Amino acid sequence: MANCQASPANNVNLAVEIAGLRMKNPMLTASGTFGFGEEFADFIDLEKLGGFIVKGTTLEPREGNPYPRMAETPSGMLNAVGLQNKGVDHFISDIYPRLKGLDTNVLVNVSGAKIEDYVAVAEKLAQLDGIPAIEVNISCPNVKKGGMAFGTTTDGAEAVTSAIRKAWPKTLIVKLSPNVTSIADIAKAVEGAGADSVSLINTLMGMAVDVERRRPCLSTVTGGLSGAAVRPVAVRMVWQASKAVNIPVIGLGGISSGRDAIEFMLAGARAVQIGTANFIDPQVTVKAIDWMEDWCRRHGVADINEIVGEI
Amino acid sequence: MGKKQIFNATLTAIRALSERYSMLTLSLPATVGDMEVLPGQFVEIRVADSPSTYLRRPISICDYDAASRVMTLLIRRAGEGTEHLCDLPEGSALDIVGPLGNGFSIPAPGSTALLAGGGIGVAPLMLLGKKMKEQGVTPCFLLGARTASEILLAKEFAAIGEVAISTDDGTAGEKGYAADNSVLGRHYDLVCTCGPKPMMAGIAHKARANGSPCEVSLENLMACGLGACLCCVEPTLKGNLRACVEGPVFDTGMLLWEI
Repeated sequence: MANCQASPANNVNLAVEIAGLRMKNPMLTASGTFGFGEEFADFIDLEKLGGFIVKGTTLEPREGNPYPRMAETPSGMLNAVGLQNKGVDHFISDIYPRLKGLDTNVLVNVSGAKIEDYVAVAEKLAQLDGIPAIEVNISCPNVKKGGMAFGTTTDGAEAVTSAIRKAWPKTLIVKLSPNVTSIADIAKAVEGAGADSVSLINTLMGMAVDVERRRPCLSTVTGGLSGAAVRPVAVRMVWQASKAVNIPVIGLGGISSGRDAIEFMLAGARAVQIGTANFIDPQVTVKAIDWMEDWCRRHGVADINEIVGEI
Repeated sequence: MGKKQIFNATLTAIRALSERYSMLTLSLPATVGDMEVLPGQFVEIRVADSPSTYLRRPISICDYDAASRVMTLLIRRAGEGTEHLCDLPEGSALDIVGPLGNGFSIPAPGSTALLAGGGIGVAPLMLLGKKMKEQGVTPCFLLGARTASEILLAKEFAAIGEVAISTDDGTAGEKGYAADNSVLGRHYDLVCTCGPKPMMAGIAHKARANGSPCEVSLENLMACGLGACLCCVEPTLKGNLRACVEGPVFDTGMLLWEI
């Protein structure tokens, strides 16, 4: 087929930039919901995405929490996976070589139980030319040590961010926990410690009980709530955080369509992530990108950056 | 393993096999091409118009004919999602992802195999039995249920091979659990089982006693079915493995079950 360019009048710029991270559109996938991307390659062209964020990676391999790790809830789900992963060295030796040639951004979500572990992972990943950004998870509700503990106090968030900042020269995104009183305070602390961007929200801590068995649904009793159910909370927090900081905000939490993505951008997100909705429709990301482009046309928006934080 | 696909299938027939079980016949679109289905694989079905059902439902593929692109699924009314699926009108479109997971092994021609299913667990044994017979393996089916009316597809299984039955109340076949059926007194080149975990563990125990290798199909709770979320993992000798990718079929020698 010949080059089929849209006429200039119809051209919409969907490209966005997050502190040096150039993306062809604002669409990322949320860590832990998209594997290493390859799990979705039968369904979508990964290169159509602005980027994808691979599964939370730790210094040492982790087996995660015992089964059951999942419970369906109204318009959502609880999970307690507990960062099962084979460790950063396995990522570098076995996964990265398969992903590095892709014409999209491959981001790594970094987790740890202590600050030195986060730093060690960041140092190792910094050696890889094909990883333009990391997202630091200071907000996982499913690990006993670390994780959310760093993300729920301004001191903790600042300490882990400034330590990683020294080890990671490229785009540094810090993923925030919604399980806090003031998301604005945490966002400001992270910005002050050198983060280039914040992404939010991670899962909301929740719980479900099997009333027939009279037992918690999850092995860990509590877990992280995600899916459409959390979206209004996430929109509110993105709006509050984006008003509080000058760095770009990446919005996520229940996004299941292009409409939802636009909602987050209007509320202040420069880019978005789709998570749990990938489980329901493995093609949701590319459908959402098309919808967003169409929305821009319908609204006479030539550049999607124009709408960021309009509310 | 073949490519995973997403497609809309048409529900061409739905038949209630008992109060709790329905058989859905689906016509797949031409876009699926020569999709290969391994016996033991499953599909993930989106349950439309059921607000309480957020995630897709993993359903084992009962049978698939590649030439006519006709797939059958056996569904048990287990909750709101499966209730909804069992009550769909004929002609409905179903949004399906699949085929997913691995399949059962098929032993060498001339071998014998026992295919043991409990309740809804008989579903994958239909395609498995057919494929085994095509490849010169002699399958013997063991069907277990609470009572005679819940023994599913006995005639269809009898058209493929020998059928043994166990019911808890003795209304059909031998009285007692499937794992205590007399057909388990023999050696087989492979024992394949799908059903409630205690039944599978009992069958695996007998298989081991007779020196038969044994494969079980697990029904671990699943979210994505694609290997991304790591919710459905099963502890194995190789660590926590995903029931949706490395499974749902596992050799019992790999599992940490006390057999």
